[in-house]
Amino acid sequence: MLALIPLFPFVGFLLNASLGRRLSDGVSGGLASLAMLASFGVSSLLVWQLTGLPPDARSIDQTLYTWISSGDFVLDLAFRLDPLSAVMLLVITGIGFLIHVYSTAYMHEESAPAYARYFSYLNLFAAFMLVLVLGSNFLVMFVGWEGVGLCSYLLIGFWFQKKSAADAGKKAFVVNRVGDYAFILGMLVLVTHFGTLDFQRLAALIAPMFPEAAFGTLSVAALLLFIGATGKSAQIPLFVWLPDAMEGPTPVSALIHAATMVTAGVYMIGRNAVLFSHAPEVMTIVAVVGAATALMAGTIGLVQNDIKRVLAYSTVSQLGYMFLAMGVGAFGAGIFHLYTHAFFKALLFLGSGAVIHALAGEQDIRRMGGLKKALPITYWTFLTGALAIAGVPGLAGFFSKDEILFETFAEGHTVLWVVGILTSLLTATYMFRLVFLTFHGEPAEAGPHENAEAGLRDSHLDSGVGAGFSRLDTAAHGHRHVPYGHHLHDAPPAMALVLVVLAIGSVAAGYIGIPHALGGHNTLASWLAPAFEAQPAAGAAHDMAMPTAAAGTAAVQGEHADAASEAHNETSIELWLMGVSSAIAVAGIALAALFFLKRRDLSDGLAAGFPGLHRLLLNKYYVDEVYDGAIVQPIRVASHDVLWRGFDVRVVDGAVNGAGTLVAAAASALRQLQTGSVRVYAGSIFTGVLLILGYYFWR
Amino acid sequence: MIPLNAYLIVSAVLFAIGTAGVFMRRNVITILLSIEIMLNAVNLTFVAFGRWLGTVDGQIIVFFVMTVAAAEAAVGLALVIALFRHRESLNPDAFTSLKW
Repeated sequence: MLALIPLFPFVGFLLNASLGRRLSDGVSGGLASLAMLASFGVSSLLVWQLTGLPPDARSIDQTLYTWISSGDFVLDLAFRLDPLSAVMLLVITGIGFLIHVYSTAYMHEESAPAYARYFSYLNLFAAFMLVLVLGSNFLVMFVGWEGVGLCSYLLIGFWFQKKSAADAGKKAFVVNRVGDYAFILGMLVLVTHFGTLDFQRLAALIAPMFPEAAFGTLSVAALLLFIGATGKSAQIPLFVWLPDAMEGPTPVSALIHAATMVTAGVYMIGRNAVLFSHAPEVMTIVAVVGAATALMAGTIGLVQNDIKRVLAYSTVSQLGYMFLAMGVGAFGAGIFHLYTHAFFKALLFLGSGAVIHALAGEQDIRRMGGLKKALPITYWTFLTGALAIAGVPGLAGFFSKDEILFETFAEGHTVLWVVGILTSLLTATYMFRLVFLTFHGEPAEAGPHENAEAGLRDSHLDSGVGAGFSRLDTAAHGHRHVPYGHHLHDAPPAMALVLVVLAIGSVAAGYIGIPHALGGHNTLASWLAPAFEAQPAAGAAHDMAMPTAAAGTAAVQGEHADAASEAHNETSIELWLMGVSSAIAVAGIALAALFFLKRRDLSDGLAAGFPGLHRLLLNKYYVDEVYDGAIVQPIRVASHDVLWRGFDVRVVDGAVNGAGTLVAAAASALRQLQTGSVRVYAGSIFTGVLLILGYYFWR
Repeated sequence: MIPLNAYLIVSAVLFAIGTAGVFMRRNVITILLSIEIMLNAVNLTFVAFGRWLGTVDGQIIVFFVMTVAAAEAAVGLALVIALFRHRESLNPDAFTSLKW
């Protein structure tokens, strides 16, 4: 049954890839969506079965066959459904299905082969992502890990005729490879020390060990795996690819670069919670990197002008939150945020897609404004998403972000908590900057100094998709003063439906994790908890794991007893913290309202007041330039001047050409002997005979 | 009885004369004649050894050599005629175009 889940989208991929050319748009899009729906159906069924099992035995395994069997090392191609992968599964198939449906409308301008190609990639991505979360050992996970990287590359570069898109795809792929390399090394460390790659057996082997005070094997493995995660999940130092990935179609950004694939790193850490919690120093690194990324991306997001780039940096920032949660040991909170984030970030991206769609490709928020009237559905759903991500009480983002901040504070990381709060202020501000600039205020008129540029842009649009619209606009309606070069239209039904469903999700998704402080039971946390501990009945490690696991339970019970006495105290702290973060969210929104709704001159004045800072943020801290100067150019120069001009041309080509030159030189010397004169030949024969005979006579 | 060495000396002298003729003369026909002298010097050696050892092998080989020499003379003279028609010259130094 488990294997069916990735199989459905994979079959969808095969069909669309092989027959897509001949299928009409409706059929190929429908096929892909249907595959996702089937996968979602099976997932729901299995997760429902899983809830029927007792909490400590919630695990459904399926071994397809033995993949590698070499000596003591056995590795199966096996899938495992447990509470953690169940959450991921529902997010991927559910939101994936919605985005497939959305795409059927969004991509309608593509030609039939491109349309089928798009859906085949999308289905292939879903298949690999499902393999990633279902894999019961590292290698199966790695298959999915690499596969989603490939699909990400293919989809970022979907419009590969555009150089920037092709480059962005390449950049994503290369940056991901850096992380993947560390990931492979991490796997090798684990397999050489423990002889297995199965998650549960690894956890059972590691659980009895003491957490490493110094930097030992476990820390090295955990650190390498974390570097892998920074690549996939766009954290410092490997986050540079994600903002560029926005060159892909918007639904792709929503599905891959916001809701699912980029969370793979978070999932991987959650999956190896036992390993990571035995490497406390690495945990600190994870938390600090997460917090730093959250803050850095938040500040960049504040000044970007491309609607999708703002959302991209917001994604990086939110992923930073998740890593912060993982790093302070709040695995449940991290996964909770992953899950709520999937809803509202998919919603925001799809909403921005609807805006871009309505404006025929415009992405610059300075050229938008006043779209509230024209795009009511998009506006209200986008606003919901923005409220959710800002952390306004009652919406999904509030519960998950608050849990992370509370856990960070409770674990004693006050500095990280301050960073988190600061980021949450930034999040609220840049999200509402986006909302106000896009949907409120006056429709943007091209300023006098922008006329030329705008004219260029319009002519570009006319030549492309906007052609029909502009004709309507100028001839039929005669609205020459309309600021947008064509007829504005709200999201078509398929897109609108998806937006509404996701908006409902963005509100409701948080309610499965209501914290105890608010009288809830935090269902999600207790559902996930067993997934972050070693399973006592895990095969070979049975005997070793049992006593310690028992001891662990005893310790947990002891903690519960302590917790009971401190519960009241903690509740009041949590409530107090919630108050702070709610106030921060509202303050952020108010700030955005002041700067971008009431007094836009103030924000310009602020930018003019700190030109250096503004330029620094606008240029994303020059990270791309630094990487270019420190890594890309040296490699280029070394490759070009040393490896190509030096080694290849001189040494390799030199050896080959040298062999030829040597033969030619020797031949031109030797051919002087061939005079053509019979008497010279006769003379040499005679001399030869004399020499041979002489040798025999006088030796 | 004439000793074996006398034959061999005569043969060596004849061979030397033939070799000198091959190298020194500037006429292809003379060179062919010189080669005949060298062949006959060898023939003389064969016969002398055959007589000295009391076998007929030497004489039989001489017949072969003479047969081949006759054929060689025929082919050689034909070549000489062809060459002369081609170049109006019988100096071997005029025929050096068979080279690189």
